[in-house]
Amino acid sequence: MTSGSQEDAPLRPRPAVGETIIGAGVLVLAIVMFWQAMSIPVSPLYAKVGPTVVPLMTAAALGLLGVLLLIDAWQGGWQTEEEKSATPDRAALLWILAGLVLNVVLIGPAGFTIASTILFVCVARGFGSKAIVRDASIGAAFALVAYFGFATTLGINIGSGLLETTIERLIGVEGS
Amino acid sequence: MDAFSQLLNGFAVALTPMNLLWCLVGTTLGTAIGVLPGLGPALTIALLLPITFKVESTAAFILFAGIYYGAMYGGSTTSILLNTPGESATIVTALEGHKMARNGRAGAALATAAIGSFVAGMIGTLGITFLAPVVVDWALKFGPADYFSLMVFAFVTVSAVLGSSAVRGLAALFFGIWLGLIGVDLQTGQARFTFGLPELLDGINVIVVAVGLFAVGETLYVASRYRSGKDEIIPLSGSLWMTLEEWKRSWKPWLRGAAIGFPIGAMPAGGAEIPTFLSYYVEKKLSSKPQEFGKGAIEGVAGPEAANNASAAGVLVPMLTLGLPTSATAAIMLSAFQSYGINPGPLLLQSQPQLVWGLIASLFIGNVMLLVLNLPLIAIWVKLLHIPAPLLYAGILVFATIGTYGITQSPVDLILLYLIGGIGYLMRRYDFPAAPVIIGMILGPLAEQNFRQAMTISAGDWTVFFTRPLSATILALAALALFGPKLYQLAVRPKPDHVPGDA
Repeated sequence: MTSGSQEDAPLRPRPAVGETIIGAGVLVLAIVMFWQAMSIPVSPLYAKVGPTVVPLMTAAALGLLGVLLLIDAWQGGWQTEEEKSATPDRAALLWILAGLVLNVVLIGPAGFTIASTILFVCVARGFGSKAIVRDASIGAAFALVAYFGFATTLGINIGSGLLETTIERLIGVEGS
Repeated sequence: MDAFSQLLNGFAVALTPMNLLWCLVGTTLGTAIGVLPGLGPALTIALLLPITFKVESTAAFILFAGIYYGAMYGGSTTSILLNTPGESATIVTALEGHKMARNGRAGAALATAAIGSFVAGMIGTLGITFLAPVVVDWALKFGPADYFSLMVFAFVTVSAVLGSSAVRGLAALFFGIWLGLIGVDLQTGQARFTFGLPELLDGINVIVVAVGLFAVGETLYVASRYRSGKDEIIPLSGSLWMTLEEWKRSWKPWLRGAAIGFPIGAMPAGGAEIPTFLSYYVEKKLSSKPQEFGKGAIEGVAGPEAANNASAAGVLVPMLTLGLPTSATAAIMLSAFQSYGINPGPLLLQSQPQLVWGLIASLFIGNVMLLVLNLPLIAIWVKLLHIPAPLLYAGILVFATIGTYGITQSPVDLILLYLIGGIGYLMRRYDFPAAPVIIGMILGPLAEQNFRQAMTISAGDWTVFFTRPLSATILALAALALFGPKLYQLAVRPKPDHVPGDA
């Protein structure tokens, strides 16, 4: 905690909201871990070094760290001024989030290429690109190259859909 | 020491046409991802882990090592021309290198970085050659208790000492250890932390975590701040041929940087940041023109770049001889070993001489390739910097999806990837380091295994870690590393400006 100083802080540092949530999150995770670790059945054969010893140690450590983070948060938090003053670009994050959700939903039914193209366009939009047609064609080309590159070199089958099987039929490659 | 004859055998392995090709692919890919902001060696090697099912182990590790070394070379180009260090280890390079580029001396900065990386990479690889057998002799005496203590020491240094905050570093570490615990316990067959999901019984794949943190989390973070500032790329300027004066000012920093970087990297503590900062500080002290520092001093590029590459080589020593990874990239390489069923450790040099010495020989060859790739061909890499950010990051996320979905074709893995990506974003925003998560996840289960073996041998006696002299010494060092800085601060600097304004 070498950066624990609070330069130019007002007389009494205010609790930082973001950091408090993070600290509380770590603490909650530790409690869930503790509760889950307690529910692991232990055979008396392994009583001393059973499967719960390290999980319980981990939960205890994380719990302690959660408390320390909360103390830090209540003393004004640890984010730098620069980080604090920069408000995250919500629109950008929402665009990317939309892309990720659509990707999970579509990759099964629609296949890798279509899902990836949509993800590509959404992320590019999040970064401020408005040329949707250009992004979509670059994304589709990129996804197709990646699909066939991965499928052949690494022997991995990544969600083939209508588009992939059509192309495979056209060029006479049997889908793996 | 027959290290030399072993090394010759290694060259016989590395110089086969196929392995030379893997080395070339690795170094080229490594340079590219080093140049591109947002992509790093840990992420790239994680995405390529499935290759371990198709390619024999020597070839795969030659590829991975090429990526690892290549990223170090490529990273300096970005720092110098773009001033956005791709990796924390190249922050210092950006300090002076970017100033040099602004003053129209980008060519000299790139040249001293590349040649310095070459010199230090060669010295560091020589260091591996001769240090690894020595460490192995010593490590053969280690028992499970000693190993456990050594891992605790590595945990403390990588998370608590190297970062900006011990508490946040350790929180990241224990989060990683928890991720590593998820799945069936191999000793007892009990499911742990699976929340009733059958997909979690095999544990969480390290690819999902590495890609989530380094690709998804990073992309979200960059997107959230993208509009606030645009990067300006400095065009290549000045000759790549350094003047006589620049050579004179560079060669000593290269050697000093290598001398600082390799030993620190080779310690089970690892970390590339400390040697680069140390080298910068040393060069500033020793320079005949200290007033140039901060305005583009060539020593400030030459020394830290050399230190960076030498420490990257050093990190391979504990990884190959002790199975102890001290960086995120090394941790992912360790999981590649595991996927071949190979356990890195003192026996690795005997059981897999082809692999280890072939790998070391390929590092020498890779360094030569990298010098060629990064000096005469530098203009090609500069073009990569002109890829617009929207397309670059969109491509990164599509690749992240392929890498993850390809493992099991399960949407559960994709959802996990995005969840971990969200956590990675928050970690980045609230200044938690990501590397301890990966190291904890890979090393945690091994630490647990050694812990339980030690406890079984001692019949459940907890004091075994403190009664064995070696183990006790290492634990004492770990405690010193964890609490020492704090105690030192309290003892030496009770200055009022360090205490929050309480009356």
